[in-house]
Amino acid sequence: MGPLLVLWLAGCLSGTWAVDRGNFKTCDQSAFCKRQRALKPGQSPYRALLETLELTNTKLTLQLINDNNKVRLLLELYRLQGNMTRVKINELKPLKPRFEVPDVLINDPPTEPLSLLSRDENGVVLSLGADSQRLIVSAKPFRLDIMEGREVLLSLNSRGLLAFEHLRIRKDTCQEVMSLSLSHSKVDPEGTENKEETEAANEPAEGEEEAKEDEKVEDGMWEETFKSHTDSKPNGPSSISLDFSLPGVENVYGIPEHADSLKLKATDGGDPYRLFNLDVFQYEVFNPMALYGAIPVMLSHSAQRTMGIFWLNAAETWVDISSNTAGKTVFGQMLDYVQGSSETPQTDVRWISESGIIDVFIMLGPTPTDVFSQYASLTGTQAFPPLSALAYHQCRWNYNDQEDVAAVDQGFDDHDIPYDFIWLDIEHTDGKRYFTWDPHKFPQPKDMLQGLLDKRRKMVTIVDPHIKVDSSYKIHNEIRSKGFYVKSKDGGDYEGWCWPGNSGYPDFTNPEMRAWWASMFAYDQYEGSMENMYTWNDMNEPSVFNGPEVTMHKDALHGNWENRDLHNLYGLYVQRATAEGLIERSGGVERPFVLARAFFAGSQRYGAVWTGDNAAEWEHLKISIPMCLSLGLVGVSFCGADVGGFFKSPSTELLVRWYQTGAYQPFFRAHAHLDTPRREPWLFGPENTALIREAVRQRYALLPYWYQLFYHAHHSGQPVMRPLWVEYPQDTATFSMDDQFLLGRDLLVHPVTEEGARGVTAYLPGKGEVWFDVHTFQKHNGAQNLYIPVTISSIPVFQRGGSIISRKARVRRSSSCMEHDPYTLFVALSPKRFAQGELYIDDGHTFNFDKQKQFIHRRFSFANNALSSRNLAPGSQFTTFSWVEKIVILGASKPSKATLKTPDGKESQLEFEFDASMSVLTLRKPGVNAGLDWTVVLQ
Amino acid sequence: MSCALLLLLTSLALVMGTGTAVEIQRPRGVPQSKRQFYEENKPFTCLDGSSTIPFDQVNDDYCDCRDGSDEPGTAACPNGSFHCTNAGFRPAFIPSSRINDGICDCCDTTDEYNSGATCQNTCREMGRKERESLQIMAEITKEGFLLKQQLIHEAKRGQEDKQGKLTELQGSKKGLEGKMEALRTVKKTAEDPEKEAKERHLKSWEEQKELIRMEKDKTRMAEAFLELDDDADGYVSVAELQSHLELDPDSDGSLTETETQGLLGGAGKVDTSTFETVWSGIKDKYLSEGLSDPPAPVETPKEEESRDFVSDHDSDHYPEDYAGEEEDVEDDEEDDDHEEEEKVPPTVQTPEKREDDELSMPPYDTETQILIDAAQKARDDFDEAERALREVDGQMKNLEKEIGFDFGPSAEFAYLYSQCYELSTSEYIYRLCPFNRVSQKPKFGGSETNLGLWGQWAGPEENLYSVMKYDHGQGCWQGPNRSTTVKLTCGKETVVTSTSEPSRCEYLMEFTTPAVCQEPASLDEVLHGHTEL
Repeated sequence: MGPLLVLWLAGCLSGTWAVDRGNFKTCDQSAFCKRQRALKPGQSPYRALLETLELTNTKLTLQLINDNNKVRLLLELYRLQGNMTRVKINELKPLKPRFEVPDVLINDPPTEPLSLLSRDENGVVLSLGADSQRLIVSAKPFRLDIMEGREVLLSLNSRGLLAFEHLRIRKDTCQEVMSLSLSHSKVDPEGTENKEETEAANEPAEGEEEAKEDEKVEDGMWEETFKSHTDSKPNGPSSISLDFSLPGVENVYGIPEHADSLKLKATDGGDPYRLFNLDVFQYEVFNPMALYGAIPVMLSHSAQRTMGIFWLNAAETWVDISSNTAGKTVFGQMLDYVQGSSETPQTDVRWISESGIIDVFIMLGPTPTDVFSQYASLTGTQAFPPLSALAYHQCRWNYNDQEDVAAVDQGFDDHDIPYDFIWLDIEHTDGKRYFTWDPHKFPQPKDMLQGLLDKRRKMVTIVDPHIKVDSSYKIHNEIRSKGFYVKSKDGGDYEGWCWPGNSGYPDFTNPEMRAWWASMFAYDQYEGSMENMYTWNDMNEPSVFNGPEVTMHKDALHGNWENRDLHNLYGLYVQRATAEGLIERSGGVERPFVLARAFFAGSQRYGAVWTGDNAAEWEHLKISIPMCLSLGLVGVSFCGADVGGFFKSPSTELLVRWYQTGAYQPFFRAHAHLDTPRREPWLFGPENTALIREAVRQRYALLPYWYQLFYHAHHSGQPVMRPLWVEYPQDTATFSMDDQFLLGRDLLVHPVTEEGARGVTAYLPGKGEVWFDVHTFQKHNGAQNLYIPVTISSIPVFQRGGSIISRKARVRRSSSCMEHDPYTLFVALSPKRFAQGELYIDDGHTFNFDKQKQFIHRRFSFANNALSSRNLAPGSQFTTFSWVEKIVILGASKPSKATLKTPDGKESQLEFEFDASMSVLTLRKPGVNAGLDWTVVLQ
Repeated sequence: MSCALLLLLTSLALVMGTGTAVEIQRPRGVPQSKRQFYEENKPFTCLDGSSTIPFDQVNDDYCDCRDGSDEPGTAACPNGSFHCTNAGFRPAFIPSSRINDGICDCCDTTDEYNSGATCQNTCREMGRKERESLQIMAEITKEGFLLKQQLIHEAKRGQEDKQGKLTELQGSKKGLEGKMEALRTVKKTAEDPEKEAKERHLKSWEEQKELIRMEKDKTRMAEAFLELDDDADGYVSVAELQSHLELDPDSDGSLTETETQGLLGGAGKVDTSTFETVWSGIKDKYLSEGLSDPPAPVETPKEEESRDFVSDHDSDHYPEDYAGEEEDVEDDEEDDDHEEEEKVPPTVQTPEKREDDELSMPPYDTETQILIDAAQKARDDFDEAERALREVDGQMKNLEKEIGFDFGPSAEFAYLYSQCYELSTSEYIYRLCPFNRVSQKPKFGGSETNLGLWGQWAGPEENLYSVMKYDHGQGCWQGPNRSTTVKLTCGKETVVTSTSEPSRCEYLMEFTTPAVCQEPASLDEVLHGHTEL
C-alpha cells in the first residue's frame, strides 16, 4: 500500500483520539426520547376497562383507555411455562399495524393457564401457579404488580410512565393530531367516561374532537433533522414507554452493548443507556452510549432473588435507571440500617422505544440459573461452536497476500505457538467486492487454504453486508435484479457509502434474500472457498459512512417496514443468513462459525460476537471483562475483545497482559488496525514471545473444559463466563465485581489489567470453601480477599475445591492436532474431601452430537477416597481414542496404594507420586479410555 | 480424509483401552549421538539426572523426566524433542508435540508412526532438490564472490584515487593558502595608498564643496532678504517675516508677533548684516515665495527584481536531481553561491549622492586613479585566490565524506554510492539509492514519496552488513515516519528483487549484490556442513 490511507477515515476523523460524540444523538437530540423523558412520574392517565376482560386458557385480554385522549389499548397477559409472565400492549385499533418483532423467539412460548382468584371494581387478582405468586391488575390507574406471598416482586406502570403514542393522520398544517399528552398536568374530567365508552372510541376522527384541547404539537414528530440528515417520519410519532419498579433490588445488569461497568448505573442526571446498533468510531469506556449491538434484556438481582426483563422491541430504545440508594453514601446506608430506616432499597427502570409495541417477558427466576434457562427457552441458546473456534485466532487488517499468510503461519510453527485460525480482513477482496479475491494478492486461494488444511488449521474471510454498486459485480447484479436491496423512502434501491464506495444493502429481513445469500456460500458459488474457510460479518449494524449516525436512514424500507421499526434486528439476520449458508454448503453436516459485530436478542444462536473496534489502552483491556460478562448474562456466551486493542499500538506489557486475559475469555482473537505496526507474538523479543506462548498454551490445555462449558451453554443456556454473583448469589461482596470472573463454576480468573502491577487482590468467594492456585496448587480459603504478588508471567487462576477439570497437557500446533490426545484430570478436593466434574467429547465439528447423539458425556466423582467415571448420557454413543493420562489430586493425603478398577473386573495398581508440601497426589498413567467407566480407589 | 480416518482407526485400535504406545524395538527418536544413554533393560536416568526410571518407562507415552528425555519418541513430554534421521536428506529435531499430530514433519515419515497420516518419504527428493539449489547457490556465490573481489579491488583503487586526490588537494590547498596570504599582503599594500589618496581627494573635494555651499547660501540669503524686504527699506521687519507661516516655531499654524520677533533676535527689524544671524535660524524651514510646493519624494529603487533573481537558484536542490550524476554537486552549489553574490547588482545608491545631484565629485586625478586601479587588481587577485581555496575545501569535504562512509569491511559496497536502482511493481516504481534514500512513485501520476533516508547498517551483530536501514521518510497519517529495511543477499547482479509493506509505512526491500557474497566453501563442504546440523 502506498501513502494512500483509508480515505474515508481520513475524511471523517479529527486528529484527536476519542469518539466524536457530536456524531451520535443524545436523548435530547432524539425527538421521541426527549418527548418521553419529559414525562415525569405521576398518576397514569391509563385505566383498565375491567368489563372488557376476557380470560381464555392461554391468556387474559383487557382494554386500557387513556383518559386524556380516549385512545384504547389492548393488554394481553400470558403466564408462560417456566415461571415467566408476558405482557403485551398494543393499540386496540391502530391506524395501521404496528411492528411486532419476528424471528427472535424460537417458538410461540408455551403458556400455562391463568386462574382468576378474585375480582372487584378495583381490579383482578390472578394466580401464577405455585409459590403463592399472584398477578394483580389494578384498574384506576392501571398498574400491574407481581407478588409472591406478601412481597411485591415487580410492578409495572407504578410510576405512571406507560405512554403509547398512537398512530395518527398527519394534518396539513401544524395542527396534527397529538392525542397523547405527555404531561400529566391535566386531569381528565371524570364525567366523560361513560360517553367515551359508548363510542367506538378509537376512531381517530372521533377522538379528535374531545382531545383537541390536550393536543400539543412538538418538534420532531413528523420530521426530525440531525446534523445534515432529515428523517421524514411518514408515520409520525409512534413511541412507547413503560416503567418497572423492583422493590428490594439494588443491582441491575445486562442491556448490552455498552462500554460500561457490569453493574448498571443510575442514569438520573445523565443520558439513559441507549440501545441502537451503531458503528461507533473510537468508542470511549464508561459511558452509556450505544454501540454495535443491542440486547434489550435486563437482570435484577438481590440476595433473595434474581429476575429478568426482556423488552422485545427492535427499534431505537433508551433505558433509564434510578435507584433510591444509588446516591447514598456508605455512611448514609449505614445510618439507614442503624436507624432502621423504613425505606427499602428499590430500583426503578423505564424503557422507551421509538416504535413497535410493548412486548415484555418478565422472568421471575428465582435463581440466576433459572433466569438463564427462562431466557434460553424464549430466544434459544448459544450455538455450539466447532471446537477449533474456541482456540486461538490470529487476525490483522490485513494479511497482505498469500505469501504473508504463509509466512505468519510458519512464524507460529517456528516459535512453537499454537493457533487454529488466520483471518483475512477486507483487503483480501477484489476492490471490496465480497465473495471475491484480489487477483494479485490472492491468486490461488485454494492453494493457500490447502496449505492451512495440511497443518490442520483454518481461515476466516470477511463478508460484509454492504454490496458494491457495480454492474460488473455478479453479487450486486443478482441482488438488484431480484429486488433484494433495502429501498429508500422513495422506493429506489437504498444506497450508502461504505468500504467499497457506493453500496447497496441487501434486505436481510426478507427470507428469500437470506436463502439466496446463504446459497452464495456454496463451494461452487464462493469461488476459492473450502471447508476450512469460515466467515466474519463486520459492519452489520449496518454501517453507512454517510448515513445519520453512521447507519441507515430510519425511513429506509424493508418491505413494508421502516428501518426505524427493526433497526436493531438487521445485524442478527445478517449473521443468521451467513451461518445458514455455512451449514448448507456442508449439506447440513458441519457446525458453522460466524463472527458478527452487530447483534440482537437471539444472536447467540448464530455464532460469536466481539466488542468491536476497541483500542490498545489499559482501560479497554479492563472493560473487556464487564462487556463480555454483560453479554454472557443475556445469552451471548461466545464473546471476546480484540487482543492487543484494535486502534493504536500496545506497549509490550499491555500486549502480554491482553494475551493473558484473552486466553481466559471465550472468543480469543488478536486483531490490529491497518495503520498499526505488526504485532505477531514473536515480534517483541524472546522473553515476550515466551510469555505469549505460555498464555496461548494455557488456553489450549484447557480446551476440554471450554468445550464442556460451551456444550452446557448450548444445552441449557448457562453462561460460560460468569460474574461471581451468579454462583454466589447471597454474597453481596460480589455484586458489583467486574475485575474478575468465573469460567463455569469451577475456575476463578483475576487477570492482571493494571500497568506495572506488582500484585492483585482477588476475592475468593464461598465461606467454608477452598480454592487452589492452578499453577502452584497452593490452597486458599474462600470468603477472603487474597493479595497475590504478580510478575509479568502471572495469570491468577484458581480452581474451586470440590471440582474436577480435564485438560490436555500435550499442546500442539492446532486444536485439531490434539483431538486424540489423552486427558489429565485435576481433582481439587473440597474440605470434605469431595469433588465432582464432567467431561464432554464429540467429533468437534459436526451436528452428529445432536442429530445422532454421537458424544460422550461423563461424570467424574471423588468421594470416599474413590474417583470414578460414570456415563451421564446413556443414550449417546461415541468412540474416542483419548485416554486418561494422569490424575492430579489437589488437597489429597498420601495413600498406601491406588487401585484402578475397570468394568471387565480387572484391577491394577497405579504408580503415584505424592508432594507432601502441597498435598498433591499424582497418579501415573491410568491409561483407561476416556469414554469408559472406571474407578480408582485410594487406600 | 475418510481414508486417513480409517487408517487411524485400524492403527489405533491396538492402543485403545490400554493406552500404551505401539511397541518399538529401540528407543524411538533418539539421535545417534545420545544412543549410549538409552541402554536396553537397564534403568534409565533422565539426561538432567533428575530421576531414574525402569527402562520400560522409556517411550511408554508417559512423561516421567522433567527434561522430557524419557520420551524421545512420543508426544508425552511438553519439552521433548524427536530426532528424525531423514536418510538422503539432513537429520532434524522436531518438538515432541509434532509426533503423531497428523502432519508430516520428517521427510522420512518417522514422526507419524501412529496417527494414520499418509506420509511419503520425500527425503531423497528433498536431498536432490537441496543439492541442486545449493549447487546453484554455490555457483552464484562463487561468481558473486569473484565479482566481489573485483569490487573490493575497484573500491580500493577508487579509495586510493580519492585518497591521492585528497592529498593532492591538500597540497594545492596549502599552496593556495600561501598564495592567498601573499595576495592579502599585496592587497593591503595597495589599498593603503589608495585609501590615503582617495581620502585626500575627498577631503579637498569636501572643502571645495563647503566653499560652494557657503557661496550658495549667501546668494540665497541675499535673495531672501530682498524677497522679504517688501518695502525695500533695507530692513526685514516683523510684519514682513510674519507672512512666512512655515517658520512658525511651535507649528500651531499661526506665526505670532512675539514669535516673529523671537526669530528676529528680539529686534523689530533687521538690516542685511544682522539678517545673517537670523538667516541661519530660519534657512532650513524657509520657503522661497516663488516655489512653495514641497519637493517630490525621492523614488526608492525596486529591489524585488534582484531578489527574484536570487531565489530562483533555490528551487531545484532536491538530492534526487544529482543522485545519478557524478560527485561535485556541492561544488556546483558553492559556485552558484558565488555567482549569486556577484550577480546581485549593487543595491540602493547612497541618498547623499542624490541630494547633491548637481555637485558631482570631479574625477580622481591620474595619480590617485593609478593607485585605485592597482588596489582593485590586488583585490580581484585576492578574491580569485580565496574562491579557489574554497573550491578545494569543498572538494576535500566531499572526498572526506565519501572516504569516511562505512562501505563495508573491504569497502565492497562503495560501488553503490551515488547509484540508484529501480523496481517496477503493478502500482509503483520503487527506487533505492544506496547510502542516500528510498522512494516510491506511483506509476500513473502522483508525486514521489520519500520512504526513508540513509540511516545505518542494521544487520545482526554477526552479519551487520546484511541489512540497510533507511528512516525519517515522509510522515504517515496517524502513524510513524516511513522507513525501509533493505535486506541484502548474494547475487551476481545488483538488483532490487522485491518490495513489500509488511506493516503500515514500514517497507521491506530485497536487494541482491555480489558485495555480500561470502567466500564459497567447496560444494562437498556445504553439504557436509549441513549434515552435521
